[in-house]
Amino acid sequence: MNHPNLHATIEATFQRESRKVIAHLITTYADIELAEDALQDALVEALDHWSRSGIPTNTGGWIMTTAKRKVIDRLRRHRALQKRLPMLVDEDDEIDDEPVEIPDERLRLIFTCCHPALSQEAQIALTLQLLGGISTEAVAKAFLIPLTTMEQRLVRAKRKIRDAGIPYQVPPLHQLQERLEAVLAVIYLIFNAGYTSPKGDKLIQTDLCDEAIRLGRVLCDLLSHQSAIGEHAESLGLLALMLLHHARRDARTDDDGEIIVLEDQNRALWDKPMIDEGITLLDHAITLNQRGTYQIQAAIASLHAQASSAQATDWMQISLLYGALMGLAPSPIVELNRAVALAMARGAECGLEILEPLATDKTLSQYYLYHATCADLYRRGNMPEKAKRAYEQAIALCDNDRERSYLMKRLMHLI
Amino acid sequence: MRYMILIYGDSDVYATQTQEEIQAEFAEYMAFGEEARKRGVSPDVGDALQHPNTATTVRVRDGKTLVTDGPYAETKEMLGGYYILDCKDLDQAIELAALIPGAKNGMIEIRPIVTDYS
Repeated sequence: MNHPNLHATIEATFQRESRKVIAHLITTYADIELAEDALQDALVEALDHWSRSGIPTNTGGWIMTTAKRKVIDRLRRHRALQKRLPMLVDEDDEIDDEPVEIPDERLRLIFTCCHPALSQEAQIALTLQLLGGISTEAVAKAFLIPLTTMEQRLVRAKRKIRDAGIPYQVPPLHQLQERLEAVLAVIYLIFNAGYTSPKGDKLIQTDLCDEAIRLGRVLCDLLSHQSAIGEHAESLGLLALMLLHHARRDARTDDDGEIIVLEDQNRALWDKPMIDEGITLLDHAITLNQRGTYQIQAAIASLHAQASSAQATDWMQISLLYGALMGLAPSPIVELNRAVALAMARGAECGLEILEPLATDKTLSQYYLYHATCADLYRRGNMPEKAKRAYEQAIALCDNDRERSYLMKRLMHLI
Repeated sequence: MRYMILIYGDSDVYATQTQEEIQAEFAEYMAFGEEARKRGVSPDVGDALQHPNTATTVRVRDGKTLVTDGPYAETKEMLGGYYILDCKDLDQAIELAALIPGAKNGMIEIRPIVTDYS
């Protein structure tokens, strides 16, 4: 039998179900390539077997047992690997009827993928491939990297995990905080790749955001089931932050794909249930009493999400939250945001009091958004000459066509 | 897994150390060895190396042995010592490497040792 539709169905079912199996295979045999190859062998058998006898009811169990046999086959064939045979299961294993989701193994795999001995690019690629459901092609496209580069990066990372002895384990408590930060950073980078990239395939970008949110949920859930760790406020904070941003997805661009700034978005298009979920998660995170940057950023996003308009936003509270963020993770960009919020709350002059002294900051003075923000506040504060000069500087430094044309328009209004 | 732990330091500091400083550092390394043993990882081998200006390079080209003085690396970072540690995994090697006195001023490179030549 060779029905193309049936094959496509089998393949899709297999891919979906094998995601639950791969963490177990990898953590059991401590070899990512071996696990992936065995799964590939199992797929070949599934295509043959399932198209004759139908898709089994416990697909996960079928895949798990078959893949384990394929691991043994592969080890037998490769003499070099034979010494690892004793650690393997009995090959006469019956097809497993137990559910195959073993949360601890996926958590261990997350920490392996985000191990600091791997480059952050490799961490992202591995996490998406082994824990996400996104193809290597789509990941390469989203990160604007040639497919071959992405594939090489993955191969190198997998070999390093094996050859350097990077463990598959949830780190001990004294290392946990640091390692969790790396995991959260990877998830947030995946989200941002989908969220802020100015160009690219819209579908892939939404996929990346959805995937990052899914990973965030998995992480929160897995951590809460670990008695030694328990609920982790910053993981919840990150999940809340992503939900609160993603809730605005339909209002962020117009029909031509042009960006619409927060101030001008049609708030009726915001995803209310998603906002509510984000706020509930954040409220819960705050009760855990572990301060952190993701929670503060989520709190800022929640104030925007709850306001009926830009004018009705609690800007004073937002400027205070940016102040708190400066305390934990100081950066000129955060200071820029604090100034904007303060200007909205107290008037342009108050914002400029913060911004003007920053002109000597080397990074910020080369950043078009700094000058554009100053220009905007000068304009609002009725200082057209200063506004003109600042717009000109912003235009000179801006390398994004859309942004530049927006700034030009503003400048023309002043002249 | 066995790891070669390479300890890199600043060659200027190394050249100008006083006798007291050398002795204090030696004591720190002894304490590190003690700590590693306490954690069940006794350093198989480990030594400090003399300054790179005592180094000699040997090459064989066209059957001829060429011996030269050096090499002198351009960087100030020089290999000053090493250990071979048999660890559970990379995480344990990282944990121990962070305890090596040289990690505070210089840096430690962790290289897994090849055990399987097949």
